[in-house]
Amino acid sequence: MSSALYDLPGPRGRRRNALIGVLATVAILGLLAFVVYRFWETGQFEARRWEQFKFKAVQRELLEGLWFTLKAAGIAAVLALLFGAVFAAGRLSDRTLLRAPSTTVVELFRAIPLLILIFFGYYVPLQYGWSIDKMWALIIGLTLYNGSVLAEIFRAGINAVAKGQSEAAYAIGMRKNQVLRLILLPQAFRAMLPAIVSQLVVLLKDTALGFIITYPELLTVGKTIGGRLAFGLPYVPSYLVIAAIYITLCGMLSVLAWWLQRRMTRLPKSKAVEPVPLTDATRQI
Amino acid sequence: MRMKRVAVVAAAAFAFTLTACGEEGTPTPSGAGNGSGAAPASDTCSTSGTTFTADTAAAVTGSPTFDKIKSAGKVVVGVKFDQPNLGYKDTAGTRCGFDIETAQYLASKLGVDPAKIEYKEIPSANRETAIKGGEIDYYVGTYSITDKRKADVSFAGPYFVAGQDLLVRKDESAITGKDTLKGKKVCSATGSTPIQRVRDEALTEPENIVEFKTYSECVSQLLDKKVDAVTTDDAILKGYAAQSPDDLKVVGQPFSTEKYGIGLPKDDKAFRDYVNDQLEAAFKDGTWQKIYDGTLGKSGSPASPPTLERY
Amino acid sequence: MTEFLRVLTDNWSLFADGFSNTVQLFLYSAVGSLVLGTLLGAFRVSPIPALRWFGATYVNIVRNTPLTLVFAFLVFAVPKLDVNIDYFPSACIALTVYTAAFVCEVVRSGVNTVAPGQAEAARAIGMTFDQVLGQVILPQAVRAMVPPLMSVMIAMLKNTTIAAGFSVLEAGAIPAYMSERGEPQFIVLIWITIGFLILITPLVLLQRSLERKWAVSR
Repeated sequence: MSSALYDLPGPRGRRRNALIGVLATVAILGLLAFVVYRFWETGQFEARRWEQFKFKAVQRELLEGLWFTLKAAGIAAVLALLFGAVFAAGRLSDRTLLRAPSTTVVELFRAIPLLILIFFGYYVPLQYGWSIDKMWALIIGLTLYNGSVLAEIFRAGINAVAKGQSEAAYAIGMRKNQVLRLILLPQAFRAMLPAIVSQLVVLLKDTALGFIITYPELLTVGKTIGGRLAFGLPYVPSYLVIAAIYITLCGMLSVLAWWLQRRMTRLPKSKAVEPVPLTDATRQI
Repeated sequence: MRMKRVAVVAAAAFAFTLTACGEEGTPTPSGAGNGSGAAPASDTCSTSGTTFTADTAAAVTGSPTFDKIKSAGKVVVGVKFDQPNLGYKDTAGTRCGFDIETAQYLASKLGVDPAKIEYKEIPSANRETAIKGGEIDYYVGTYSITDKRKADVSFAGPYFVAGQDLLVRKDESAITGKDTLKGKKVCSATGSTPIQRVRDEALTEPENIVEFKTYSECVSQLLDKKVDAVTTDDAILKGYAAQSPDDLKVVGQPFSTEKYGIGLPKDDKAFRDYVNDQLEAAFKDGTWQKIYDGTLGKSGSPASPPTLERY
Repeated sequence: MTEFLRVLTDNWSLFADGFSNTVQLFLYSAVGSLVLGTLLGAFRVSPIPALRWFGATYVNIVRNTPLTLVFAFLVFAVPKLDVNIDYFPSACIALTVYTAAFVCEVVRSGVNTVAPGQAEAARAIGMTFDQVLGQVILPQAVRAMVPPLMSVMIAMLKNTTIAAGFSVLEAGAIPAYMSERGEPQFIVLIWITIGFLILITPLVLLQRSLERKWAVSR
C-alpha cells in the first residue's frame, strides 16, 4: 500500500498532520459554504426555482429524458461492442488484407473528436436529402468512437493471455480459429470485463453530447427546464438535478465494474491472465 | 459490500424522487421574486382560442410535399420551443404562440387535424438542412426570408414583419441603439440572422460576440452580467421582457426589417402557392388578427397583417 | 476536388482561428490539469485522511459527470458566485477540472508501480513525505505515467470541441459557422478531421515510441 510512502507519525507528526487535516477541512468546508451562501444570496434555493420539480409533467419530462439517454446508450453499447469485436478480430488477423484496413479504421476513429463524428452522422445524410433520426446520428457517433476504443480493449485482452496458453493449444493441433474461440476468448473476456464496463460508463456520459443536435436526452431536458424565464431561469437547480442523476447512474456502473473485478480475481482459473490495465490505448476520458 | 448497499439505496432514492409525490396539473410560478415588483408571468400556455378544423377536401395538384403529408396522414412541423408568445412549450408540454397557431392553421388547411401535428424542435443553425433533408414538411419559427436562404429553401409569406432590437438589463443606460454596442458583449443564437448582422456590420468587436444555442441561455447570461445585450427580433425580445419586467427591457430602436416566412422545401411551387393562398385567406377573414391578438399582441403592440410577397 | 480545396481556401481565416484556439485551449488545459491532477494524486497518497478523502471524492464526482455538464456549471453557475470569468478561460477551467480527475488516477497508479523498497530506503535516510514523493517516487513513476498521461491528453484535445457549445470559437464551432455561410458540411467536416489528424498523429507517435523505449528498459 501507499503507506510505504511515509513513516507512522510520532506524537509531533500526528499533531502536525491533525493540524493540516483540520486546516484542509476548514478550507474545503469554507469553499463549499461560500458556494452555498452565494447560491442562497442569488436565490438559487428559492421555491420558485425548484417548484417545477414537484409537478408530474416535469417529472415526466425528466423520465423521458432519462429514457432517451438510456435508449441511445443501450443501442450504441450493443453496436459498439459488435464494432469492437469485428475490428479487433480484423486487427488480430494474419492476413494483411484484413489487418491493414482494420487498423486504419480503428486508428482513424480514435483520432476524430466524438462531436465531429456526431456532426458527420447528422449533417451528411441531411445534405444528401436523406432524413435521419437524431438518435441515430448520436448512435453512429457513439458507436464509431467507443467501438474503436473497445476494439483496442479486446485486442489488448487477447494479447494479455499468457503465451503458453495458445502455444499449448496449437501443440495439441487446434487451428487458429479454435485457439481464439476456445482458449483465448473465454480467458480474455474476464480480463477485459472491467475495462469494457469503464468504457460503457464513458459511452453513457457521452450521450450528453446529444444536446448539440437537440436530441431530447437528459441534458437537453435540463436545459429546457433551466431555460424557463417564468421560473427565474433555474439553470443551477436544473443542472444540479441532472448531475445527481448522471453521478448515480455512472456510479452504479462503476460499482458493477469494481464488483466484477473483485469476483474475477477470486476465481482460481483466471491465473493465466492479468486484468487489462486501463492505460495506453484503452484509456479514454 | 458496503459500496453495493450504497448504490442500491441511491438507486431506490432516485427512483422514489422521480416517481413519487408529484402534483398533477401545470406548474404555475408562485411569484416569489426578489421581494420587489410584480409576480412573473404565468408559465401556463394560453392560446387565442381559435379552433382549427381539418379541411378534408384539401387538394394540391402536382405537389410532392402535399402528397407526402396526405399519404402519411400527419404533418411534421419544425418549431421553436423557448420563445414566449411565438413558439413556446410550457411545463405541461403544451405548445402555444403565434408561430404554433399559424402552423396549426396551415395544417388544418392541408387536411390534417392540428392534434396530428408532429412538432420538431430545430435550432436556428440547422433549419435549412432540416428542410432540405425532408426531416420536416414545413418550418414556422421566426424564420426570416433572405435571398441566401432562398438558395436552399422556399418561403411562403411573410406572415409577420419584425425588426432586430436589443434586450438589456433594466438599469442599463449606455445602450440605446445599435451604434452604442461597441465594446459591449452581445449575445444571440448560433446561426441566426441577427448575429450575422452584428458580425457583418461590425456592430461590436468579434471577440465580444457571444453565441448560444437558445435565447434563454443568452438571457441568463444577460442577467448574470456576462453579456450586456441580447439581440434578435423585437417580437421575441418583447416576450422575454414581458416575463421578467423587473429585470429586463427592450431598447425599442429596431434596426432591420425581418420578414417571417414559412420555410418550405425548395422548388415545390404548387405547395408554396397553396400555402400563400391560405395565408392570404387568413389575412382577409380576420383569422390572422385573432391569432395575433391572442398571442404575440399580448406582449407587443397592435399590428395588422403584412403584404404577401409571392415569387 | 477544386470544390474540396475551395472550401478550405475561401474560409481559411475561420479554420486558422478555430484550430489556433483549439491548440491554445489544449495547451492551457494541459498545464492546468497536469498541475491540479498531480496535486490531487499527492492528496490521495498523503498521510492526512482529510486530504485523501477529498481527493477520492473529487475524482468520484468529476469522473462520473459528463464534461458537458462541467462546462454548463462553469458558464451558468459560477457567475452566481459573483465571479465573472470570460468564456475562453471558463472553457480552460472546465477542461482542467474534468481532466485533472483522470490525471490524478494516472498519478496514483503510477506511484504504485514504484517498488516499495524505494520509498522504504528514502524513509530510512530520514526523508519526509513530500521529499519521498517529490524526489524519489514521482521521478521514477514518470516512466509508467507518461504513456497513459499522453492518452489522457489526446482525449482532452478531442474534448476541447465541446467548448463550441459554450461560445468558444474553436474547431468544433466551425461547422455552425460554415452552415451559416452555406458551405457543404461534408467537406467542412473532412477538413476538420484532417486538422485533428494533424494535431493528434504526432502525439500518438510520440506516445508509441516512448512506450516502446521504456518498455524495454523497465
